[in-house]
Amino acid sequence: MKILVCVKQVPDTSGVVAVNPDGTLDRASMETIINPDDLNAVEAALQIKDETGCKVVVVTMGPPPAEGMLRELEAMGADEAYLISDRVFGGSDTYATSQIIAAALHKIGIEDDDVVMCGRQAIDGDTAQVGPQIAEKLNLPQITYVGDIHKEGNKITCKRMLEDGYMTIEVQTPCLLTCIKELNEPRYMSVGRIMDAYSMPLTVLDNEALKDEPLIDPTTIGLKGSPTNILTSFTPPQKGAGTMLEGNGAETCQKLAGIMADKHII
Amino acid sequence: MPTYSNTDTAAYKNVWVFCEQREGKLMPTDFELISEGRKLADELGVKLCGLLLGHNVEGIAKELGGYGADEIIIADDPLLEVYTTDGYTKVICETVEELKPEVLLFGATNIGRDLGPRCAARLHTGLCADCTHLDVDMPLYMDFLKENSTLPENRLDLIAKHTVKVLGEDHDTTRDLKMTRPAFGGHLMASIICPRFRPAMATVRPGVLAKAPFDQAKADAVAINKVKANITAADIHEDVKEVVKAAKKLVDLVGADYIVSVGRGISKDVDTGIKIAQEMADVLGGVVGGSRVAVDSGWLSPDHQVGQTGKTVHPKVYVALGISGSIQHKAGMSDSEFIIAVNKNPNAPIFEVADYGITGDLFKVAPLLTEAIKAEKAAK
Repeated sequence: MKILVCVKQVPDTSGVVAVNPDGTLDRASMETIINPDDLNAVEAALQIKDETGCKVVVVTMGPPPAEGMLRELEAMGADEAYLISDRVFGGSDTYATSQIIAAALHKIGIEDDDVVMCGRQAIDGDTAQVGPQIAEKLNLPQITYVGDIHKEGNKITCKRMLEDGYMTIEVQTPCLLTCIKELNEPRYMSVGRIMDAYSMPLTVLDNEALKDEPLIDPTTIGLKGSPTNILTSFTPPQKGAGTMLEGNGAETCQKLAGIMADKHII
Repeated sequence: MPTYSNTDTAAYKNVWVFCEQREGKLMPTDFELISEGRKLADELGVKLCGLLLGHNVEGIAKELGGYGADEIIIADDPLLEVYTTDGYTKVICETVEELKPEVLLFGATNIGRDLGPRCAARLHTGLCADCTHLDVDMPLYMDFLKENSTLPENRLDLIAKHTVKVLGEDHDTTRDLKMTRPAFGGHLMASIICPRFRPAMATVRPGVLAKAPFDQAKADAVAINKVKANITAADIHEDVKEVVKAAKKLVDLVGADYIVSVGRGISKDVDTGIKIAQEMADVLGGVVGGSRVAVDSGWLSPDHQVGQTGKTVHPKVYVALGISGSIQHKAGMSDSEFIIAVNKNPNAPIFEVADYGITGDLFKVAPLLTEAIKAEKAAK
């Protein structure tokens, strides 16, 4: 049994975000991090590994420097890593991305007792689409927004969190789960594993390695294979600055409450 | 696997809205989507249809007509009573393939975002996630861009020409759905089109689009179109054991008229900070929200989070206590009608979006403001 965890390296949008004059993101100037929800997926996989001794395989699609992230995940406890990387994969939207990742997972091999895990969504695109679309391409049952996981043999029972509660759902492996941050508290890299991580298995899957996969067709990957196109991107204008009130005592607060009353909003 | 070719886009007509129900009750976002769908259908000169899946749901269908739907397509089956990804995906995809809508909208609820991508992948079409603005009509879209973007004139002129290059060929965008959404934590906005495939699909963020006034005459006139749900238990690979409503009611930020939010500024005394915010919210008749820091630090549960990764809110009054105002937070609250910010740092970015700002310690200022609001309300 193994758990395949799909992860993404993302620009840290909580830090300084630089935008190019043409409205695209200046990725080069930004720090990269492991997508936060994906860390919860890795932690969930490692907890099952702690219990059952199963193998944890991390898989990412991205440019070659994403190898560093995979090494960090191996230092956290992952056993193997795959980097899906090729220029022809660039420009993929969620449809084409899931097509490529699904092909790679198929190539790595999904056994009857395996589980695929993803984070709920990545903080750069915030789409939450790639997980369910991988599941569709691989014809796996999916549970998204997973807030609790129980595994018993080939039976997986999860809570799918909803806005107004949750659903408890049972599926058979192989299946795909997308994990939310409430699921767990990701562990740190193990000091002992940090040195070892660089000698652990890491395989690069390029277009050459995947071209015979049934899901890979030159017209379903990359920019060409993406059903969506960006018409335009832009930065929103700043709202005009308001009024800074003088002082911060009772008088100031009374003045503000008076303004609210005058505007009939209280 | 379908071979990749451009769909015959002209064969697709009408705007559809997936109308989500839970336990036989329509979701509030259904009415927002129907209202918006009406606008899009008029721009395209086509019908607006609601798509309703469930069991014994015909009774709730008419209400959707009151917000502008011409027709409600109902797939009724005991197996559709409770949501399953497999069951709903199969019925929706088969209905879409048969009746061929050109636009299909979902609410970006947890269920909409589970279902939408699965359907788009099966239908081999494009899906734009968590949209905050939709247009078809180009002049309307240009008005939107002029007001809401910093694009220079020459870029706007290019977009207004209706023609873009798609895979090296000229493509006419006249009938394309322009789906606008924030990306990169709200730092960037992008308008997405789905030029070669149909239906163009979008999930739309709840609470962002306005609901039209309800019209009983339209509700009475809505057409009901029952379609066969071609589904058996063997099609569904998920076994739903239970559906539980949260015992603790989640805070309804999206529907709140008054929100008092806290951020990093309460860190020196979290309990008091939240108590102060709650007292102000009680006086205003509203609820407490929080920044990502407040939620990530465990001070408030995630349903309180305002911002790009949390909820988008537009209350009458939004009070930000000790929130510096990251772009990701501002993305979720800057459309509030009246924004008050209290922060120690006079240069905090939150003041850029605030209507009124007070530089000071929230632990001192907020209780004074609460008293002042209470006094004003009592004087009325």
